[in-house]
Amino acid sequence: MSVQGTVVKAQNLDLVFHTGDGDVHALSNVSLDVEKGDFVSFIGPSGCGKTTFLRCIAGLETATGGRLTVNGMSPEEARLSRAYGYVFQAAGLYPWRTIGKNIKLPLEIMGFDKAEQDRRMNNVLQLVDLEGFGGKYPWQLSGGMQQRASIARALAFDADLLLMDEPFGALDEIVRDHLNEQLLKLWARTEKTICFVTHSIPEAVYLSTKIVVMSPRPGRITEVIESPLPKDRPLDIRDTPAFIEIAHRVREGLRAGHGDDV
Amino acid sequence: MNWIRTHVWPIVAVLLALIVVWYVAAAWMNSQWTLDQAARAQTTPSFGEIVADTMAQERPKLPAPHQVAYSFYDLVFDKKITSRRSLVYHAWITLSATLLGFAIGTGLGIALALGIVHNRAMDQSVMPWAIASQTIPILAIAPMIIVVLNSIGISGLIPKAIISAYLSFFPVVVGMVAGLRSPDSMQMDLLKTYNASPVQVLFKLRLPASMPFLFASLKVGIAAALVGAVVGELPVQQGGLGARLLGGSYYGQTIQMWAALFMAAILAAILVFTVARIESGVLKRLGMAR
Repeated sequence: MSVQGTVVKAQNLDLVFHTGDGDVHALSNVSLDVEKGDFVSFIGPSGCGKTTFLRCIAGLETATGGRLTVNGMSPEEARLSRAYGYVFQAAGLYPWRTIGKNIKLPLEIMGFDKAEQDRRMNNVLQLVDLEGFGGKYPWQLSGGMQQRASIARALAFDADLLLMDEPFGALDEIVRDHLNEQLLKLWARTEKTICFVTHSIPEAVYLSTKIVVMSPRPGRITEVIESPLPKDRPLDIRDTPAFIEIAHRVREGLRAGHGDDV
Repeated sequence: MNWIRTHVWPIVAVLLALIVVWYVAAAWMNSQWTLDQAARAQTTPSFGEIVADTMAQERPKLPAPHQVAYSFYDLVFDKKITSRRSLVYHAWITLSATLLGFAIGTGLGIALALGIVHNRAMDQSVMPWAIASQTIPILAIAPMIIVVLNSIGISGLIPKAIISAYLSFFPVVVGMVAGLRSPDSMQMDLLKTYNASPVQVLFKLRLPASMPFLFASLKVGIAAALVGAVVGELPVQQGGLGARLLGGSYYGQTIQMWAALFMAAILAAILVFTVARIESGVLKRLGMAR
């Protein structure tokens, strides 16, 4: 792919947190390219820096070394130009706003007019299968529906990049399967670039075009696996030899990264 | 019926127990005076006569409940409300100072909390002073405030309102600082990803999140404001429940004091109840009440 198609470009990225207990090397020598339209999963044990790397892309943390660009800009400039939507581990909907008003929150802040806010809200509610729930309060929805609403909130404005930090981590497996399937459809329809943090191997293999395996102390990338699976993926694909083969490679990569720790 | 059993009966039971204790205490505390009078008249009253007398003294140490109730009824319903003898008249004087002081205190409290949350220097400097201000006994500082303000020509309602504000701003500061800081780091990060301005963060997140905290503080604050107004009326003797309390103690009018005390308690209950009603209305509008 061409250079213009690179959305996230990290070169030898380093991040050291200075804490009371001494320095913590959260990221060490991380280099990665995320191309436009990619679905990239970051997988690894706790402390491997996967969330930290996502936060660096979002400009919520600042790397202490190396180079990182988002859409050719610094992460800070990208944040100021509202280049991405961020989905957190918890839905984080405001309890005092209805689902519809929660989705309009970024639109209000970014200054869209009322008619446009309504149009976009209805549009994204449809995208995440929540039509008719715009007037409900968050506590009236299940956990899975709340997380879908938070994805809708991140899709409501025109960011081409979606950063997702273990969005389905707190949900049960049945709901998670369903949402994974929906997320793939959404990705196909919107053609967004998605960076997705997870600690589930099946989830990472099912969703991704590219799986980034990370390991801790210091947080680093140990392996990048390009998935040969087709873009159209029914849930059954998880029983095919090809799927199992990739899952096996991811598991091997995780084990290698652990070294003597486990 | 169920509602009466779960809500009314417990209150009535406690009330009845209190009244019984009160009657026993009144008989016991007032009996000395009865016995002294009898000794002076060289009579020996029976037990029944002693008890009857302790319930009907003009200046008892502890008036019996029915004496207070009768006096309260008389002072509230049988006097013209414009009369200086009417408890309603005095309650209104206290209420007006309370409400003005509460408004000033709440405004000041919210303003200080906004400053503390948004300004590092204020965060470090204001809170110790706010806490120190509350360690000074209000009874000591109230006369000074009144004298100082009087010397620059301010008297009447304003000095009392300032004492009210002095007591009521503190719970509002503490509650609002906690409320404005209640959004977690994830919610703050979310607004950061939208590149929201500090004003947008305040109005979209911090203020709505602080509402339950604010109302909890307001309930404490309005009761404190009433105490402030009563204390502010003690040294001035120009009407108000505080003046009635102190006046009653000067002249041994214990029944009048208790009546004024009950008026203050009823006023406090009404004020706190009113704030609670406003709270449930606001939280319902915000969708926070379930």
